[in-house]
Amino acid sequence: MCLAIPVRVVTIEGDEAETEIAGVRRRVSIALTPEVQVGDYVLLHTGYAIGIVDESEAKETLKLLEEIASLSEVH
Amino acid sequence: MKFIDEYQNSELARKVAQRIANRSTKPIRLMEFCGGHTHAIMRYGIRQLVPKTVEMRSGPGCPVCVTATSDLDKAIALAHLPGVIITTFGDIMRVPGSYSSLQRAKAEGADVRVVYSTMDAVEIAQANPRKSVIFIGIGFETTAPTIAASIIKALKEGVENFYVLSLLKLTPPVMKALLDLGEVKLDGIIGPGHVSVIIGSYPYEFIPRNYGIACVISGFEPLDILLCIDKLVEQIESGEPRVEIAYRRGVKPQGNKKALELLNEVFEIDSANWRGMGIVPQSGLKVNQKYQHFDADKAFSGLLRSARNDKPAKEPEGCRCGDILRGVATPLECKLFGKVCTPEKPIGPCMVSSEGACAAYYQFCGLEGTNGGM
Repeated sequence: MCLAIPVRVVTIEGDEAETEIAGVRRRVSIALTPEVQVGDYVLLHTGYAIGIVDESEAKETLKLLEEIASLSEVH
Repeated sequence: MKFIDEYQNSELARKVAQRIANRSTKPIRLMEFCGGHTHAIMRYGIRQLVPKTVEMRSGPGCPVCVTATSDLDKAIALAHLPGVIITTFGDIMRVPGSYSSLQRAKAEGADVRVVYSTMDAVEIAQANPRKSVIFIGIGFETTAPTIAASIIKALKEGVENFYVLSLLKLTPPVMKALLDLGEVKLDGIIGPGHVSVIIGSYPYEFIPRNYGIACVISGFEPLDILLCIDKLVEQIESGEPRVEIAYRRGVKPQGNKKALELLNEVFEIDSANWRGMGIVPQSGLKVNQKYQHFDADKAFSGLLRSARNDKPAKEPEGCRCGDILRGVATPLECKLFGKVCTPEKPIGPCMVSSEGACAAYYQFCGLEGTNGGM
């Protein structure tokens, strides 16, 4: 029910955006994320972009996971 | 980056799980609040991946599952009113009420339509000006702003035949109610990821402060959940519980300001009826005075009173959904599970919704509750 998937914003028109995931296009409302820009990834929930994916944080998390994984090998 | 595959790397997952095992010394019990997490944990075999010291319990975070039978009965009664079109998300269709379901009402001739988005419901209202179009508003803070946005859109576009039956529920108040009950001893909570995209991390501060319980907000890919468990284990082992975000690409401490603005514009806080918990004060949202024209509860209360029979709501006999939603029991402890109650013929809502603990156990674990893992 609270499912949301990351989709890429392709174009913006008023309070709607055309988004793309795995080649599938979909119009979504950006009423909840008016600051979104073309190229951003948004979290899509029931036809609405509920948040913008923070790319630098996404990379930081992956780096953190790699660090944790490397620590597991020390033992 | 696609923000999905990168967090599904099974080799990395095994190493992170090993790290968790290395630093977990004492037995702990974690609860995943969110049904989406329940689904992901079962799907990826996370319970089998983490060390035996870490016990996982499912919580009340499946909106369809926690909808009270009496509220379902109301939705079904609305469906039978003349001139009404019911619009709803698909999950709720098959959930049994006391005497019927929305699916059965549809089979009996009621106009019940599954929509993907609240925007679709508004469009149905625009296309059917002589009908009353009621959206069954089920969900948590994730969904509430989208319903608020649809009401505002209906107002702006002069759509006067669109209504919402708000059965919306709030996460932190029910967490508090669950902890106050004290039936299940918890050491840590896996905080809901997409609820927190909206409300941020501050509303959970009472959990470590008042209850000494760790709370880490998680994303929904396997590596997200393992990272969350690693952080929980670290907090619990060090004896320093706090609120942390392990889903930083989606969740900011302050949440989504615009979404909260819309939510507060249209709704006000009210008590709500939860399956398994009963009435929990200040744990729901109702349409406020300013937007009362769109409130199905207000608009149809008279018609409902005269149309409804007075048969009281009744729960399916032997169904333990209530206990499962409070984390008191697992699906395997319910006598109906997998025998009388299956996804094809569900008795309780936890077997209907894909986020329900029973459906997740049934789909990914079989009757013994085991899964080979990633």
